Amino acid sequence: MLYIPGNNPAMLQQGGVYGADSLLLDLEDAVAINQKDAARILVKHLITNINYYDSEVCVRINHLSTPFGKADLEAIVPLQPHAIRYPKTETAKELLELIDMIEEIENRHNLAHNKMEIHAMIETAMGVQNVFEIAGCHIRVGAITIGGQDLTADMNIIYTPDGAGIDFARKRIVMAAKAHHIDVIDTVFVDINDEEGLRRETEYSKKIGFTGKAVINPRQIDIIHEVYNPTEDEIRRAYRIVKEFYKNKEAGIGVFAIDGKMIDAPIVTRAQYVLELAGVSVGE
Amino acid sequence: MKNSLGKEIPEYIEGIGKLEPFQGAWTKLSKGWMDEATIPAPNKAKMAHQSKICESLRVAIEKSNPKDGMTITFHHHLRNGDIILAQSMMILHEMGIKDITLAASSLNDCHDSILPLLKDKTITGIWASGIRGELGKAISRGVLEKPVIIHSHGGRVRAIHTGRIRPDLTIIAASAADIEGNATGSHGKSAFGSIGYAVIDARYSKQVIVVTDNLVPYPCIPLSITQNFVDYVVVVDSIGDASKIATGTTRITNSPIDLKIAKIAADVIEHSGLFKNGFSFQVGAGGASLAVAKFVREKMKKHEIKGSFMLGGITSYCVDMLNEGLFETLFDVQSFDAAVSNSLLNDRRHIEIPAALYANPYNCGCMTNKLDIVVLGALEIDTDFNVNVITGSDGNIRGASGGHSDTASGAELTVVVCPSFRSRIPIIKDKVHTIVTPGETVHVLVTERGVCVNPKFKHLEENLKNCGFKVMDILDLKKELDGITGVAKEIEFEDKIVGLVEYRDGTIIDVIKQLKV
Amino acid sequence: MKPKYAAQAGTFESSDLIILIEPLEDNSGRKIELESAVMLQYGDSLKKIVNEMLDLYEMTDIHLIIKDKGALEPVVRARLETAIERSVNPQIF
Repeated sequence: MLYIPGNNPAMLQQGGVYGADSLLLDLEDAVAINQKDAARILVKHLITNINYYDSEVCVRINHLSTPFGKADLEAIVPLQPHAIRYPKTETAKELLELIDMIEEIENRHNLAHNKMEIHAMIETAMGVQNVFEIAGCHIRVGAITIGGQDLTADMNIIYTPDGAGIDFARKRIVMAAKAHHIDVIDTVFVDINDEEGLRRETEYSKKIGFTGKAVINPRQIDIIHEVYNPTEDEIRRAYRIVKEFYKNKEAGIGVFAIDGKMIDAPIVTRAQYVLELAGVSVGE
Repeated sequence: MKNSLGKEIPEYIEGIGKLEPFQGAWTKLSKGWMDEATIPAPNKAKMAHQSKICESLRVAIEKSNPKDGMTITFHHHLRNGDIILAQSMMILHEMGIKDITLAASSLNDCHDSILPLLKDKTITGIWASGIRGELGKAISRGVLEKPVIIHSHGGRVRAIHTGRIRPDLTIIAASAADIEGNATGSHGKSAFGSIGYAVIDARYSKQVIVVTDNLVPYPCIPLSITQNFVDYVVVVDSIGDASKIATGTTRITNSPIDLKIAKIAADVIEHSGLFKNGFSFQVGAGGASLAVAKFVREKMKKHEIKGSFMLGGITSYCVDMLNEGLFETLFDVQSFDAAVSNSLLNDRRHIEIPAALYANPYNCGCMTNKLDIVVLGALEIDTDFNVNVITGSDGNIRGASGGHSDTASGAELTVVVCPSFRSRIPIIKDKVHTIVTPGETVHVLVTERGVCVNPKFKHLEENLKNCGFKVMDILDLKKELDGITGVAKEIEFEDKIVGLVEYRDGTIIDVIKQLKV
Repeated sequence: MKPKYAAQAGTFESSDLIILIEPLEDNSGRKIELESAVMLQYGDSLKKIVNEMLDLYEMTDIHLIIKDKGALEPVVRARLETAIERSVNPQIF
């Protein structure tokens, strides 16, 4: 997920070429306070006129407690991007209020309520504590994400490269998302020149259960894909497992062994997920 | 008359002579010899221990006995730091010499100051591989009566052999030289690396002056320029602005678009069928081209592939790859940064080569003929894959032919990399303003929005498609770009021809017309 | 409609444009000063878009100064919309 500042035409018009799974056109923190109107209008014109190819387009609006949140919704909701991302979500109640406002705008424009997702950003201690309710409060909540910089600021601690201060938050947010079967996206890695650091942090994100990671520079995309995409060995092994599974299923056997290791249902499910990521199909 | 690309070429131009239309990239070469006669090199004699040292550049130029209508040549290895060309031309101007043909291997922004000499007819003819800055703009507006001639690096050698360029005086700036004129660019405070383009001038010019700011005890080695061709030696305080001659190491671009293009280009190279042990490789020093080297380097390490040689313009990036054992040899005709000089001087695998060995089409085989893969830039490309690297989107002469057409014609795989639009101007045209490199020598176009394979090379398209590449028809990509940028209004030109673009074999591939202003 | 305030939108960055709006006296019509890095190729199309947008908002008695650095058409429209909005409504922040 690539962050693009909402008032930067050069970056907005090229957003689709980097192969990011999704783009976050940002009206919030990346836009100066006196350019909020300009960014809103620019994003409105570009969403409808620029080809973003296979990347999903999300828009991060300003919080409703600011003078800009409502105007952002009025401009963006009618365009129905893939998702609207709401910053600094702290309670399920405020997210439900946001969704009410969105659906009111959708009603006015004769738009269905099931197309655009809502993504909640967890960036405060209160949000972390309430994340289970936030993630499950409405069917339209399609993903939750963690904002590391804001969270450490809210906790009044310094953000360290090892992520120690937000480790609990990361895992709590992942668990809440998994419980509700929605996506969960890790925070950005800020040092764009530190490729090894990015790789290490992304490997950790993957290990603890995040389904993706946000990036602030297109140069970071390939490394994240390399980490998240299954390796050739993983794909080969998954292919063998699923193939064996179908063979054994025909014979009515549920649990079997490959190379002396027991293969049961959860391992098969995981292997099927790997093949899905890799776009490989196994004939039954 | 029309050439084989449909361009109208005049048969004769006063002051230049008969022109031959381009007939195809290899039509003339396939004969196996050159029809044009080569002119003899001058024969001179010097007495033993006769001094060549002159007290100033002016004295040396006066001794060379300059005349109206003369041809003077320079090299451009000092890039934008060169001050010797402008100084020499001012001296000739002060001497009242008129009607000079200036044949520099390339002209840069640092030569803007000679513009008044074009206006007052001190200089009436220009040969160069590239022209930039104010000179390019003025020439595009018709400041000269005679068209300038743009040649390739290899074509320049041929033009000197055949006497199309007949140097009366050659002035060679060198960062180190001795009293006999042995000279090099590989050491000294103004070191600039290879001096490969000047070698042919030294051989053929009637008078040769070496100018240095670093006179070393005899002998000056390496013998890049040798004393047997040098008439005079001049010591000056400075041959140029060191900060503009060559600075530090060339950095890889940070532009995300250029990096994206470079990554796709490296993937194309990996799956081209040519990425294997012993392959040879050339990349430009600019933007996306150099970045391709970064990704190719990673791929070579990952797949444990070792290449044979890198060719052409050498950057510190190439030196790093040599030192990592990724390539066996660097053949250096032009060095792009200060870090290269040291390697050129000290590493026997890093070899200085003259332009003739690099790219002259008329000999028993130049090194571009041995190239497997070259990565080149473009100002524009058309739907027949013809490439323009000389005139900008506003119609001004502002680029350089350089080794573009030489390497494209030699390489097994020519990859052109460029952003799909720059400052709203789309890169793909129905017809480019000026053809420098014919489409038949270009295999692939890589932009951030798609890869297009020249339909002449079906097997390559198949290879890439089989590896999962999304190959686009260049017409479709053009349509998409026009949709993004809007169709640009055509630039308008007068009828007067201000430039001729020579293909490497000496035929005329295109003409440049005067801008309507 | 006519502008109430002097307003500005956009930046000097590449692929962007900057627009200044000044209100003019009644019955002055439109005064447009346009500079562009791609004037030769897109000058006519830029003028057309500017007039279309001014027509859309029925703007008159307006002085526009535009410096374009190769902005795409939707960017031009967005910046014009921002400048016009700012010239008729006070900015909130």
